[in-house]
Amino acid sequence: MYVKQVSIFLENRSGRLAEVAHLLGDNGINIRALSLAETTNFGVLRLIVDQYSKAESILKAAGLTVKLTDVLVIEIPDQPGGLAVVLDTLESIDLNVEYMYAFVERKTNKAVAVFRFDNIDQAEHRLKETDLRIFTAKDVCGI
Amino acid sequence: MTTIFNPSCECMDRSELRALQSKRLTNLVQRAYHNVPLYKERFDELGIKPEDITSIDDIAKLPFTTKIDFRNAYPFGLFAVPRSEVVRLHASSGTTGKPTVVGYTRNDIITWSESVARTLGCGGGTEHDVLQNAYGYGLFTGGLGLHYGCERLGATVIPMSGGNTKKQLMLMQDFGTTLISCTPSYALQLAEVAEEEGIDIKKLPIKAGFFGAEPWTEAMRQQIEAKLNLKAIDIYGMSELMGPGVSSECLVQNGLHMFEDHFYPEIINPDTGIPVDPGEEGELVVTCLTKECIPLLRYRTRDITHLIEEPCACGRTSRRMARISGRTDDMLIIRGVNVFPSQIESVLMQVEGIEPHYQIFVDRKGTLDQLEIKVEVSQEIFSDEIRKLEEMREKIMAEIRSTLGLGAKITLVEPKSIERSQGKAVRVFDLRKTDV
Repeated sequence: MYVKQVSIFLENRSGRLAEVAHLLGDNGINIRALSLAETTNFGVLRLIVDQYSKAESILKAAGLTVKLTDVLVIEIPDQPGGLAVVLDTLESIDLNVEYMYAFVERKTNKAVAVFRFDNIDQAEHRLKETDLRIFTAKDVCGI
Repeated sequence: MTTIFNPSCECMDRSELRALQSKRLTNLVQRAYHNVPLYKERFDELGIKPEDITSIDDIAKLPFTTKIDFRNAYPFGLFAVPRSEVVRLHASSGTTGKPTVVGYTRNDIITWSESVARTLGCGGGTEHDVLQNAYGYGLFTGGLGLHYGCERLGATVIPMSGGNTKKQLMLMQDFGTTLISCTPSYALQLAEVAEEEGIDIKKLPIKAGFFGAEPWTEAMRQQIEAKLNLKAIDIYGMSELMGPGVSSECLVQNGLHMFEDHFYPEIINPDTGIPVDPGEEGELVVTCLTKECIPLLRYRTRDITHLIEEPCACGRTSRRMARISGRTDDMLIIRGVNVFPSQIESVLMQVEGIEPHYQIFVDRKGTLDQLEIKVEVSQEIFSDEIRKLEEMREKIMAEIRSTLGLGAKITLVEPKSIERSQGKAVRVFDLRKTDV
């Protein structure tokens, strides 16, 4: 059920993000979702792509620091308060969110959010007890 | 109008001085040979006996002492007296984890106070003055060195130590400070903060400032004198030799008078160890003729200078050394703290996952030195969570602070972004303008 997220370390240097985008695009890799977290002097780019292994090896070959991280993609009811309901549920089962970002999944046209938990196995186990819908890599990446 | 603290020593006839130096060297060599195992070993290796040294002209026969000798002897291996005779310890940065330790007997403290009193006299100080001492008090020799010298002179000392700039300015005004002692960069900071606070520092009765512990230039002197309206006096010393008080500029401000009856200077070619011709530039080597706790022979300071033999207009007969023009090693002086790149490296190597690729940048922002260390993030330490990367950065920062005693900006950079060199890696970039 896990989705592989590609995480990349980036210095705050102009043009660095564009270089990554070019590398992926030139190699036919499609970005499905993206989030960029930054501090004063570096950033971490987090991507959901359609071919994570290929993306990883291409980026590493280009000398970037890359890591694959397991994340869970959860459906968000597309209505006011939808996200709040999901977060309440997570709280009720005592799950702490490290970070999250949301996007609209193309095929189903549903709002989904990528969640990074400290302990993903435990998180998934507890989520199964709830009504929340977890998307698979196949759902998300259209593989 | 010059004030000479100890005219009989400072204006001694040159031949009389040489006789005194010879007598003191002969005695020093005996003490070193019989009480410090390192020196006995070196003398025996070289096949010389203490009796072979009969005059100051024999000094070049003696072995050198280096900072490495201090490190190997850590902590008390170079002490020539029983521990019961040691009344104080000081320490400065070593090249790696262990500091360089020095000890003082009661007489060493008297000698030290005397030479710092002469230093203050060189800048026109008398018992009528009030010295605000903004050198750090503690293991660093600057604070206590100036303090005791000031008391020996009979002037009033304000033991302010470093920092706390607004209070420094308040006391300057309230206590009628007439002399200050601090690093040259701190002098500029005092001027800056005074301006922010709307205090006209130029109007205060400060006549002279005694600036040392870090390299500075003639241009920086001009700046300090213009901003603070005082005579900026360059002073020199180091804890291995004693502390401040090895040499000092007088009001003529043309070279630093060596207090030669205690600290005998030589200039050598740093590559060959051979003394250079008079007036030539080279590495300053100092023999502490009178030190009891650590009878130091021919200590290689790694500072580059030359000696001026001509008499000085101030009336002192001692030789002068020119302003230090550089170093023979990679030591950096940042905000008055001695920093060796090797210390930074050993801290980084203890942090798990840190690549052995780093760069050290030193820059001056306004009047303050800034240290920045760029560290490559390896595959092992990279985390998709900002929090974990930040924690690591803070950990490095804390380790550096506890090792060096000063804060550094830690910047995480991408792997391979630091240039790989074929030969000796260039890791240190000192961007401080030497003309400021």
